[in-house]
Amino acid sequence: MPELKAIASQIRRDIVRMVHGSSSGHPGGSLGCADFLTALYFQVMKHDPNFNMNATNEDVFFLSNGHISPVFYSVLARSGYFDVKELATFRKINSRLQGHPATHEHLPGVRIASGSLGQGLSAAIGAALTKKLNKENTTVFSLHGDGELDEGQIWEAAMFAPHHKVDNLIATIDWNGQQIDGPTDKVMSLGNIRQKFDAFGWTTLEMNGNDMDDVIATLDKAKSLTGQGKPIAIMMHTIMGKGVDFMENDHNWHGIAPNDEQLAKALAQLPETMGDY
Amino acid sequence: MSLKDIQSTGNKDTRSGFGDGIVEVARKNENVVALTADLAGSMKLQQFMKEFPERFVQVGIAEANMIGIAAGMTIGGKIPYTTTFANFSTGRVYDQIRQSVAYSGKNVKICASHAGVTLGEDGATHQILEDIGLMKMLPGMTVIVPCDYAQTKAATMAIAEYEGPVYLRFGRPVWPIFTKESDFKIGKAQIFSEGTDVTIFACGHMVWNAIQAGIELEAKGISVEVINIHTIKPLDEEAVLASIKKTKCVVTAEEHNIIGGLGDAIAQVASRHFPVPIEYVGTKDTFGESGTPKELLKKYGLDVPDIVAAAEKAIQRKK
Repeated sequence: MPELKAIASQIRRDIVRMVHGSSSGHPGGSLGCADFLTALYFQVMKHDPNFNMNATNEDVFFLSNGHISPVFYSVLARSGYFDVKELATFRKINSRLQGHPATHEHLPGVRIASGSLGQGLSAAIGAALTKKLNKENTTVFSLHGDGELDEGQIWEAAMFAPHHKVDNLIATIDWNGQQIDGPTDKVMSLGNIRQKFDAFGWTTLEMNGNDMDDVIATLDKAKSLTGQGKPIAIMMHTIMGKGVDFMENDHNWHGIAPNDEQLAKALAQLPETMGDY
Repeated sequence: MSLKDIQSTGNKDTRSGFGDGIVEVARKNENVVALTADLAGSMKLQQFMKEFPERFVQVGIAEANMIGIAAGMTIGGKIPYTTTFANFSTGRVYDQIRQSVAYSGKNVKICASHAGVTLGEDGATHQILEDIGLMKMLPGMTVIVPCDYAQTKAATMAIAEYEGPVYLRFGRPVWPIFTKESDFKIGKAQIFSEGTDVTIFACGHMVWNAIQAGIELEAKGISVEVINIHTIKPLDEEAVLASIKKTKCVVTAEEHNIIGGLGDAIAQVASRHFPVPIEYVGTKDTFGESGTPKELLKKYGLDVPDIVAAAEKAIQRKK
């Protein structure tokens, strides 16, 4: 198995190839979160690629910002949930790899549909409550876009988790400062997200989501803080489009696909480390 | 059995059937958990909270979060019952139910009280008359509207053993009890009388009114079939068709908009297989208002004389 940074490079290749292959999808946030998801699935989480919906005695991950499905699907396939060849069916007719993740087609690794934003933190809390009722010593992880924090349900959930001491939950916010219509500061000011979660009663951490060493160290720290009566939130600074120079920090790459020429240019920047699908 | 022989054995609100049913099923099934959005008292959860404090989740006034948490709790095998008023159980959280519960195939039981105009004085903000339609349109959603305390209790218990998302709709007012718990089976229509002139299909509180209307019609020499469609989806099409082939005309009675509810479900079966005249007793594409349940049922055309008149009209249209 290649080291984590090399795996992340392959994941990024998969992302741009998948989005190019269906001429649609969301490369920007997917590229930005590639290091985080690689760290989770290839090192941090205790999980079984022989998929079991109930996730008994496993750590579990919820992708709330479902539009970054390319990175999720690539990481699932590369860690053994299904054949990497299936990545070629992304967003095509009769595929299990729907535009946004779903359980409906029974894709291994997906435990709830997401796409309509703001719902994943509630689902993660629910799974965490069940793990507590079942007396499991496991952790629930979730990922949310910063733009997604515009949704009111996120703050309902943010209020619930500390009140009910959901301390087996690590929620990560992808703080890249971009959303579809432009920079988050222009679309809807988020202010200091970390201070908001602090005020709601969470234990908060901050990391550079595109520095693998920092990601691993911060996730390890977060895990060490579970079981202490408070949920944990990580403010993850990422660059939208990270790894492909012409996509970086440009909200226009939130939800469009590269053309043939752009694909070639992107792949030239991303070493093939595990073999393309 | 004649309709006249159907006696009320007492009076109780259907929501108390829910409160008693969830305690009884929770004693048998340790996976049953209850969630509420600051309405534990109105939803009659006091006993459940006392017996199973660790299986009770207070969410506060945050229905969207409640639905999402319930969906998440199914992962690991819990059977979550979400509880609030019907309006806040459905319209307020439609997308949460659609994506996190129905599309995701989660085993969540959405339990909704205070449905329809019989909520009374609180008025139209709280009197949802569109919820049956909203829920039955969702692929994979089962929709159950029991008619009295005993049936609500039976349904509350039965859905724990029934895999998949369920919408269970009941209400606030004290209402006659006239069924036995053992009468209830999900998806199986309950036939109160056999007749040849007209079929009255009803659900919820309107089943009692349909029986009273049937008694009046029988006194006029009309032979009436009264059928309780407590499970609107999946619909007992076999029972519906068997009845309309015999009586050749229909009245539907529901505490719901005639657009989207029980009437629509029956009409679709009839139009596909055996078209007959159908008269609809329900609210006529309108919101409710404040008043007593009795006053509102009368004003919105849901009273016994309205069903009698609809039956006579349906029979007339056969000729």
